Amino acid sequence: MLSLESLLETLKTGNGFWNPVVWVVATAIIFLLIYILRGFGKKDYKKETGQTQAFLSGNPEYEKELMHVKSSNVYWGFTETLKSVYDVLKKMHNGNASDYVLWFLIIMAVVFIFMGLI
Amino acid sequence: MNWLAEIIKHSPALIVAVPLLGAFLTPLVGMINEKVRNIFALVMISITGFFIALLASDVYANGPRIYVFGAQNLALPVVRILFEVDSLSIFMAIVTFILAFVALVYSWSFMKENDGLDKYYTLVLLLVTSTLGMELTGDIFNFFVFLEISCISSCALIAFWVHKGEALEAAFKYIVISSIGALFVLFAIGIFYAQYNALNIATLANVIQFTFLDKIALVLLVVVLGMKAGLVPMHMWLPDSYGQAPPSVTIVIIGATQASLYGVFRMCFTLYSGAFKNVVISESTIGLIIIMLAILTILIGVLMALIQTDFRRLIGFVAVAEIGYIFLTIGVGLVTLHDPNMITVGKTAMNGGIFHIINDCLDIGLLFLSAGAIYYATKETSLNEMGGLARNMKYTTIFFLIGLLAVSGIPPMNGFASKLLIYQSTYQLNPIISIVAILASIMLLAIFVKVFYSAFLGPKISKFENVKEVPKSMLIGMGVFACIIIFFGLFPNIVIHHLVEPAVNVLMNNAQYISAVLGGV
Repeated sequence: MLSLESLLETLKTGNGFWNPVVWVVATAIIFLLIYILRGFGKKDYKKETGQTQAFLSGNPEYEKELMHVKSSNVYWGFTETLKSVYDVLKKMHNGNASDYVLWFLIIMAVVFIFMGLI
Repeated sequence: MNWLAEIIKHSPALIVAVPLLGAFLTPLVGMINEKVRNIFALVMISITGFFIALLASDVYANGPRIYVFGAQNLALPVVRILFEVDSLSIFMAIVTFILAFVALVYSWSFMKENDGLDKYYTLVLLLVTSTLGMELTGDIFNFFVFLEISCISSCALIAFWVHKGEALEAAFKYIVISSIGALFVLFAIGIFYAQYNALNIATLANVIQFTFLDKIALVLLVVVLGMKAGLVPMHMWLPDSYGQAPPSVTIVIIGATQASLYGVFRMCFTLYSGAFKNVVISESTIGLIIIMLAILTILIGVLMALIQTDFRRLIGFVAVAEIGYIFLTIGVGLVTLHDPNMITVGKTAMNGGIFHIINDCLDIGLLFLSAGAIYYATKETSLNEMGGLARNMKYTTIFFLIGLLAVSGIPPMNGFASKLLIYQSTYQLNPIISIVAILASIMLLAIFVKVFYSAFLGPKISKFENVKEVPKSMLIGMGVFACIIIFFGLFPNIVIHHLVEPAVNVLMNNAQYISAVLGGV
């Protein structure tokens, strides 16, 4: 049977340890402290005034639907920087079944070589 | 109780026989009506789960259990097959059962509008049968037979939405690569039979010499099973298949993929373990090769996932990266376990790897089910076309959030515990490997932040105004996964002590596996 002690036991990872229950309790306390600190903040926030409007360097705000960044545009900078890597990877994933078999045979040959069989 | 002991005794056979019987009876039961058929399939899986639970309690208490099909007397030229169920086999069977059970509950509503559901349920039950067979058998030829059944049923399920050309194409690619792989497995089996006149894994493990031919067989088995599990660069079939199969069965196919991974563990640590003891260099060589391929798998998996715009294909690439983490532990295990100074590192890695198998199935499974829920509600798979769905699909959003945190290894989810074991063990072997693994995890989080933002956040999109939350059976399916993920995340020690460590001990001590067969029958 599962006892409370075994449920709360710390996981030993060789050089470290991990106890999620302690982590959850600690996180909850931290959030509580943040919430209390937040209570000391200014209370003069006014809804539906200029305070809530987006400021786009004086430009008009687009329709909300147009403001949504599409998935393919997220991390554009990262993918653009790694363009050369992605060009190779895309060539690898060409969807050609015979190429899939070829990769399989190449890896088999490479492992044979490493194992000293060829 | 005698009847209980009798049931446990025959459980290894019943675990495979019940879903197999269910598969063949489903079309007949389907003639009554659809509801009865769905209940029947669910009942058959539940009965299988009951036998798995009984057998698991017995195996964990009394050690490996042998079940003999055919002749009992070895003196005669006999035909017989052995099932050998140890802690690793039963662990895998538990994983398969969870996936199959959730898949059937989820399918109830998800597949409702589809035609040909008699065939669908038959194929799902056949796939479950073959996966369980691969996990329980102690005979290498029998393993091949179940592998073939798994290939055929998976192929048919991938092509189930046959009206979509892409599904048919993905199924074609899958069957081509799987069939070629299976032929190489058969070739390896031929090598064993020609040399040792045996097909039983324990018998082979006892006599294997690590000859030139044995080395060839090892390479064939590891490469083919690696390909079946999704090891880069032989992984290309996996995102195609996972992305095109109905999400309700993708999770069962994930179970079959994990069975191939189980095959790699079994071949490396049970079948060849004795032979490796005399030839340490070869063990390290194959271990290092696996580590290199695993790092490549993790990196290419996350890099390719980052640029995907199709929801399910993206998760498919993430699944590839996750497989890389498990292969990493196999490699670390092979490199370290023969060294008395590094044995703790090897054991930690193996604990992490085996624990990550179940975590991977749950996390990736939950993400696929969430993607399926979005498809069900919006008929959309492109992330570019999605947005603001959190307003209409609150529960799906929560389940997806749990899945993304778990798969990215964020505490206190289950993925963190297993990845922590992997990071720690690989760090001690080589810190660079560990750094790559951690960076890939951070990238996984970045990928899913993008997905979460694209699909669930942002302004309301007019075409999704009437979108509603998915039916209850789909929510229950996702809920089961989410609950297990949170439980495993909060109490990882329970899983490691009761399920993972016994499986790792079996892998580290193949003498127990061998003596159970050779001394027990």
